[in-house]
Amino acid sequence: MAATLVIVFREVFEAGLIVGIVMAVTSGVAGRGWWIAGGVVAGVLGAGLVALFTGALSELFGGSGQEVFNAAILGFAVIMLTWHNVWMARHGRELAAELKAAGEAVASGSKSLAALAIVVAIAVLREGSEVVLFLYGVAASQGGASWGMLMGGVIGLILGSLVCLMTYVGLITIPARYLFSVTSILIAFLAAGLAAQAIAFLQQADILTALDQTVWDTSWILSDSSYLGRALHTLVGYVDQPTAMQLIVYSATLTVMVVLMKLFSAPPAQRPRTA
Amino acid sequence: MTGRALTSNRLRIGVTVFVAAILALRAGTSVHADDTVSLSLVLKNHLFDPAEVHASPGKPIAIHVKNLNDIVSEFESSELHFEKIVPVGSEVTVYVHPLQPGRYNFYDDFHRATQGYLVVP
Repeated sequence: MAATLVIVFREVFEAGLIVGIVMAVTSGVAGRGWWIAGGVVAGVLGAGLVALFTGALSELFGGSGQEVFNAAILGFAVIMLTWHNVWMARHGRELAAELKAAGEAVASGSKSLAALAIVVAIAVLREGSEVVLFLYGVAASQGGASWGMLMGGVIGLILGSLVCLMTYVGLITIPARYLFSVTSILIAFLAAGLAAQAIAFLQQADILTALDQTVWDTSWILSDSSYLGRALHTLVGYVDQPTAMQLIVYSATLTVMVVLMKLFSAPPAQRPRTA
Repeated sequence: MTGRALTSNRLRIGVTVFVAAILALRAGTSVHADDTVSLSLVLKNHLFDPAEVHASPGKPIAIHVKNLNDIVSEFESSELHFEKIVPVGSEVTVYVHPLQPGRYNFYDDFHRATQGYLVVP
């Protein structure tokens, strides 16, 4: 039971941080509950499918199927997060000013929600597929599901969901006028971290070999396998021994995000008036 | 005219940089392919066999792991930058960049008691 609890908690905790942020980012947007719930459900179904086909997935791309798949969905999540931030830079103020009643704003508002729902689905899919594989493995090795395993799974799920709730509650206590800036920054670092993770997968598959030497080692301060290290890994992409390419891609993602947000930000003169 | 010439010049420089980058990446790959150290491990009864493997410093490494447990594993190392699911009965390969001398830990992330070491003298 203990092993199941730990694994389930750890994976739900990692996905929960991202879901908590997305909930805070979208607080006050009409219909966001359905989008986020939809993302979670899609992620759980996807996790089941990925777990079911892990064997076949591994065989693809000359044995690098898992890495290519992970790098691809991480890259897609980075695009969705960038798109969201750029969209918010343009329309965030209108939303905040409750101007979303206008039909067009609602339509594009749900486009931004869809991007975030995809991010939620990807987070749940990645962590969830490990949970499914692990639970299936435990059940198979002991000839069926046991009460201990079930209890461990349920407690792990509840504790992990608490982390999600705490992230959300912690973020929405931030005054509304700062919340937008705080979540934009969080999303930018989240995207940069995911991009660096995608690079790690390409490096482990030997697809990307340039600049793969370790630049520094901070594992003596904070190991990225500790809980705090894992939380920071998920949130801002903390890695205790990053490679040069990871650092380059991390900074490049942040730079591109900031430049795009500046380029597309709403010019003050054309901002719609509330009256 | 000048504007267009400028644009096409920029385009040409952009394409050249892009092609150079791709070539550099490919060159990196082909250098690696030649002197890669190949290591093979088996997971059995929740132990790595062998539990300690050795590789020369400064050479890229390929680690092959075959899972002979009756349960799925995740072959992982934060020090060596890899994490990969190993289905029951399958063999997976992870690639590690050239290492400095040291003793590097790897493990089965689904069963943390299962530990092994890669030693670079």
